[in-house]
Parts: sequence; structure tokens; C-alpha cells
Amino acid sequence: MTVYGDYECPFCAAAEVQLHARVVRVVFRHFPIRSSHPRAHAAAHAAEAAAEQGAFWAMHDALFGDQGRLEDPHLWDRARRLGLDVDRFDADRRSQRIADRVRAHFHGGVRAGVVTTPTVFVDGGRYSGRTAVDDAFRAPG
Amino acid sequence: MVLAAGEPAPDFSLARAAGGEPFTRTDLLGRTTVLVFYPFAFSPVCTDQLNVYNELLEEFRERGATLYGVSCDAIWSQRAFKEQLGIDIEQLSDFEPKGAVCRAFGVLHERGMPERALVVIGPDAVVKWSYQAPQLAELPGANLIFDAL
Repeated sequence: MTVYGDYECPFCAAAEVQLHARVVRVVFRHFPIRSSHPRAHAAAHAAEAAAEQGAFWAMHDALFGDQGRLEDPHLWDRARRLGLDVDRFDADRRSQRIADRVRAHFHGGVRAGVVTTPTVFVDGGRYSGRTAVDDAFRAPG
Repeated sequence: MVLAAGEPAPDFSLARAAGGEPFTRTDLLGRTTVLVFYPFAFSPVCTDQLNVYNELLEEFRERGATLYGVSCDAIWSQRAFKEQLGIDIEQLSDFEPKGAVCRAFGVLHERGMPERALVVIGPDAVVKWSYQAPQLAELPGANLIFDAL
């Protein structure tokens, strides 16, 4: 399933726990909302910067695992703990290339009609909000 | 039913939550306007909708369109709502006579609040496109607005 999410969204973190309890292949796409979640963009950029060093999912889990700590020093701390080159991580997360990638995810979500997070797409169905994962698994097909 | 494409915008006057002169039909002339009618300030669903539109304000601007949020809430509620969300979308209040503008646009819900509706109005003050959500809880994606623009 394709999941549109925001690292500062509590319902996305809850959905993440539900996904971990299932056997499912997940494609995660960023849908950060600045106004309600001021650190959502920084967190999304951090995940993509970690991806440049092969650590997307490790950073993804580390972000959702501790949503109260998303300031820059917390992001550097995560990068350090994951064994990343922190200077490279920091340069990458501030790069236009990473910003463009995150923006492309967001625009893709908008084109697909995403209005809220989490939104899950599977087998042609779209499921949104706090029950998205359960609804997606309950759906026929 | 919400005014359909091709119908001229009615004469109307909405109070601006930010203060100043009311927003009227004259303000529609010469540019593209998107009126986002939403049922209530502070209701969680409206919040998601306006947050996402707000994230796309630059893209709307690039297409020459200006967005406004419209509800029957008082300007003070709208002002607090806008501040709490941290959004830049200007808010317009249809508070007194309550719902008159919503009624003129065909989007006054029988329970006294706006339907969840989108109206794109061209620079000639004629409706270019409109959409009314089949249910209040259903959020129209920003993709609909972009398609209309």
C-alpha cells in the first residue's frame, strides 16, 4: 500500500504502529503540512537525507518513534545514532534536490486527492484519517 | 444548489476577518477568485482542508488565483481560527444577515451553516467552476481546484 504521511502527525504515528503489526509492503510518501506541523518539512527532509545514505526506513522509524523531538539537534542526534555521516546528512537535508523530492511527493498526493494524513491507497481504494489502516485492511479485494 | 459554471456572481458583501472594507462583487473583477465555503471555524475537518490549501498558496498564486475562506462564523472566531491554524488564507464572514451570501451562492445548509463548497470565479465575475461536497465531512482535494483553474 501507498501511505501519505507527516512525521509530526500523531495519527500517522499510530498508523505506523498498526502497519508494523501487519505483513504488508509499504510505499511511504511525504505529505507535510507546515501550518499545523511546523517541523514536518524538516523531518521529511531528514528522512530523505538519510535515504541518501541508505537509511531511509531507519530514520523513518526513529522519527515516528519520538515525535516530540524533531528540532535540528534531535535530527543530528538520530543521524549520529544511525551511524550516518552527519555533515553529509545535514548538507543533504538542506539541499534543493531533497526539497524538490519531498515537494514532488506532496504534489503527487494533491493530484491523487489527499487532503488529510494518513491517507492510504491500496487496490484502487483510498482511506483517510485515524482509521485509514484498519479500513484499508477491512476493504474487500 | 451551488451556482453553476456560467452563472454570474450575485451582488454580495462579506465582512473581512482582517478588518477593512467589506469584500464585495467588485473585488472579484480582474482576477480569479476561489471561494472556499466551509461549515464551521475550529471543526477538525475544515482544519485539514484549509491547512492543505494553505500549503499550496504559491501554486495557486502562480495560476493567478486568490483563495478566501467563507463561513457564517463571526470575524473574531475566524480571526482566532486563522491564527490557531497558522494559515494565510484570508477569511470572510457571512455573519449578518447570517448566511445571506451563502444563500445567494446556493450553498446555505438547512442547519444554518455553509455547505462544504468551492466556487471558482473568473475575472469577469462569472462562475467558472463550482463543487459542493455530497457530505459535509467529505473534503474536496486541492486537485479539484487546480483542474478547474
